[in-house]
Amino acid sequence: MDVQSRPVLELAGLHKSFGGVDVLKGVDLAVAPGELVFLIGPSGSGKSTLLRCCNRLEEPDDGAVIVDGENILSPGCDLNRVRQKIGMVFQAFNLYPHMTALGNVALALRKVQGMAKDAAEAKARAALARVGLADKAGSYPAQLSGGQQQRVAIARALALEPKIVLFDEPTSALDPELVGSVLAVMRELKIGGMTMVVVSHELAFARDAADRVVFMDGGRIVEQGTPASVFGAPREARTRDFVARLAERG
Amino acid sequence: METLNTILDVFFNVEIAVRVFPFLLQGLGMTLLLCAGVIPLGLAGGLALAWAASLNNRWLTAACAVYVDFFRAFPPLVLLIFLYFGLPFAGLDLPAIAAVGIGFLLNASSYYGEIFRAGIESVPKGQWEAARSTGLTRRQTMIAVILPQATRNVLPDLIGNTLEVAKLTSIASVVALGELLHTARLAQSLVYNPTPIVVAAMLYLALFWPLVRLLSRLEHRNIARR
Repeated sequence: MDVQSRPVLELAGLHKSFGGVDVLKGVDLAVAPGELVFLIGPSGSGKSTLLRCCNRLEEPDDGAVIVDGENILSPGCDLNRVRQKIGMVFQAFNLYPHMTALGNVALALRKVQGMAKDAAEAKARAALARVGLADKAGSYPAQLSGGQQQRVAIARALALEPKIVLFDEPTSALDPELVGSVLAVMRELKIGGMTMVVVSHELAFARDAADRVVFMDGGRIVEQGTPASVFGAPREARTRDFVARLAERG
Repeated sequence: METLNTILDVFFNVEIAVRVFPFLLQGLGMTLLLCAGVIPLGLAGGLALAWAASLNNRWLTAACAVYVDFFRAFPPLVLLIFLYFGLPFAGLDLPAIAAVGIGFLLNASSYYGEIFRAGIESVPKGQWEAARSTGLTRRQTMIAVILPQATRNVLPDLIGNTLEVAKLTSIASVVALGELLHTARLAQSLVYNPTPIVVAAMLYLALFWPLVRLLSRLEHRNIARR
């Protein structure tokens, strides 16, 4: 396999259980460069756990997580170095409340990448500009709307120039009128060629931005394909039920 | 009028007050010096304890809990007397300043440790996850992300405990360290009049009252913020 088409992220036989309950029962998934994979499934189906295993916020029990050609579960792996390649955006934003937007974005540049203050701040400003918040660099999270906070969180992930960004229900905590601004940023990223895995219930976004929709249930991937095929002509009954319920709600 | 003058003569004899004042100021200086030593010592010890307890090592966490319980239950005056008057029987002759330093480190760090632990636990787990997901180490996350928030969350408790530690420095008088209470009692026995004690009390109040004010303002602000 040549480097161009090598998957950015590859999961093989991923298992994870919490206190005897199997949450992931052997998941295989490969994400190609520039691909946007959209993960859907009922709550408790293992989507978030799957995402959190990709940067070892959760420790998988078995299997392989290969990021940019490197198995991050191998004992010799420098996790803190690899994590810079894997951006993560959380449902609750998780911005540092005691730092400005600029401080939030610049922290890892300074501490992890060892950049000088000026250089880190210049790079952080550029990342904030990318998400349309150049003018909010000096604001604290409490002074920003939910949508703006989530965009700062995206900038924080982007500043490290990751190979892939994982989105864990990025719009679920937002008021409906603020969802659009975050999705617009994600769409821009997709156009710019960023590789992304998104856990979300935003069906309309999945329809026009996702390359592939993956439906999970009970800790396994049940069905996957293009948005048109999974939403329009699901093969499995479980997928049909879920998609129907999601469409009703949305 | 006559009685008032007699009371004033006994408890606030101006002539005696003026005479012993420079001496008491020296004691006050020593009290301040003690505070400047034992408060950072207690803070550092407490922080180390809370940090160790947060490492998710079962044995370490249990050891910290036992340490904290033990020294919070152990009366500090008894601890100091044991260190200074008891240990020499085991051949360990500590200078007064060392006994005070060790006693306060053990006592104050247990209280500060509890406060820091509560502060660290008050910071949402998502803060750890966000920082670790960008490649920060545990230690970097603790210093840059967790502790600033933890400290802010428990600031009133930290200041309150610091006030207690500062007041507690008066127990150093039992090992003849020349702090404010010790110099006051010395002066009292020389002039055979309680005025030096009254003046010392006034100095203590002048020192701590502003801190108490600050503390209640912080507490009110915290309640308002909730």
